[in-house]
Amino acid sequence: MPTRLPFQNRRNNAVDPDFLQTLLLTFKLAASTTVILLVIGLPVAWLLAYSNFTLKPILEALISMPLVLPPTVLGYYILLAYSPRYWFGEWLARVVNVRLAFSFEGILIASVIFGLPFMIQPLQSGLRSLPESLREASYTLGKSETVTFFKVLLPNIRPALITAITLTFAHCIGEFGIVLMVGGNMQGVTRVASVAIYDEVQSLNFTRANEYAFILFAISFVLLTIIYSINRKQGSWKLL
Amino acid sequence: MMLDIRCDIQSGTLAVVFGPSGAGKTTLLRILAGLTKPDSGIIRSGDTTWYDSERGINVPPQQRSIGFMFQDYALFPNMTVEENILFGGDGKDRAYAGSLLETLQLTEFAKRKPMHLSGGQKQRVALARALAHKPQVLLLDEPLSALDAAMRERLQGEIAHIHRLYGGTTLLVSHDLNEVFRLAHNVVCLEHGKITANGDPKQVFSDTSISGKFQATGQVAAIDKEDAVNIVTVITGNNTIVKIVAFDDDIRDLSVGDRVLVFIKAFNPIIKKI
Repeated sequence: MPTRLPFQNRRNNAVDPDFLQTLLLTFKLAASTTVILLVIGLPVAWLLAYSNFTLKPILEALISMPLVLPPTVLGYYILLAYSPRYWFGEWLARVVNVRLAFSFEGILIASVIFGLPFMIQPLQSGLRSLPESLREASYTLGKSETVTFFKVLLPNIRPALITAITLTFAHCIGEFGIVLMVGGNMQGVTRVASVAIYDEVQSLNFTRANEYAFILFAISFVLLTIIYSINRKQGSWKLL
Repeated sequence: MMLDIRCDIQSGTLAVVFGPSGAGKTTLLRILAGLTKPDSGIIRSGDTTWYDSERGINVPPQQRSIGFMFQDYALFPNMTVEENILFGGDGKDRAYAGSLLETLQLTEFAKRKPMHLSGGQKQRVALARALAHKPQVLLLDEPLSALDAAMRERLQGEIAHIHRLYGGTTLLVSHDLNEVFRLAHNVVCLEHGKITANGDPKQVFSDTSISGKFQATGQVAAIDKEDAVNIVTVITGNNTIVKIVAFDDDIRDLSVGDRVLVFIKAFNPIIKKI
């Protein structure tokens, strides 16, 4: 009996294109989300770490909401926002002719919102853990806040930066509720691996569900092991 | 704590801000550097106003032409010794960085990261980095407190040398009397946020009302009772140990660690708390 790779099509022995497409879409979503969140997360983490404004607790609470809220709640509100019946969705449809519900861009935005705490919290606590004197020393040497951030602060929170990126990516790969809610389950558009597992189990296709599940399990396990081994190497801050 | 200070420092001098911990020494330095904002007042350096609460002027630390040496040295862990110093300058002047490395005997450590340096080496890197910025005013916050006595003495000499070499005004925070005598042209004594004395250290720490043949200030190291008298051991400003015979009455309010004035009047050294 010829051996068959787990994700090869039973009938013609080629790798199932739908299976590959779903996995690729999953990684495309996770990678795009991570890049966008890195761009948004760095300045926001800097703001939260070093300034003290009246609305800061509200901003911090909003960013942390995805940690405590069921994805369905946020998903529901995002879906409402996308709907052409309400002002934002209506404005999008009218002005830019874009409909976000059940589209890749739609799940990308939802995924960015949902990943906010995973990117911002490690960065913020990384910045807070640096001795204040590092930042101040750079200022007394005539360096601007931007130069200080990129040349002094960021290189010294590298473990926090790697944790934030890896955690955001891993969490995004595992995202289920919000993608299903906002994007549905459209092959090649919004169908990601976690949704596919649910779908395959519903249709009693356990072999395929098992393949998806194993890949997600392995990737998450490797990513988390990387984070923990980096954090183990990082000692506490001692300047003296 | 309220910090209420009015003080002029002659440019080009090495002034020591002296006082017990919690007196406001570090806060004073931070205010001068622009790292802490005072409630009100005026700070001027030469013809430039750094801070004026009434006119709403508050020049940021970047534009104050200061070199600040932090108590923890604040060396950037991601950069080598040379990179730390280059970062302090404009990033390109390798010749000046090289001369600083040489003056502070750091050339052999140029490629090392700060975490592989000893306390004394870190101190010198921090000093070199502060100087790389070519500041008009050098602010040193207890630069030697983390070092042992021998290293401290060596680096005191180095700071005095650097001050002479690079000119400018140096303000150094210390709670060590020896340091004041060794380094200061001018001492500003700070207690509970107020200046209690300001001037030449010899004048500030000696009592002009006493006409003695010999005067020295120091710290009580030990008080031992021997028969009817007590032997008080005092370590004076230049690390000389003086033993003084004192009666019970003389040492009633004296304890180890007190700052004292030792002077000779008539025949015997007499000890008096200051």
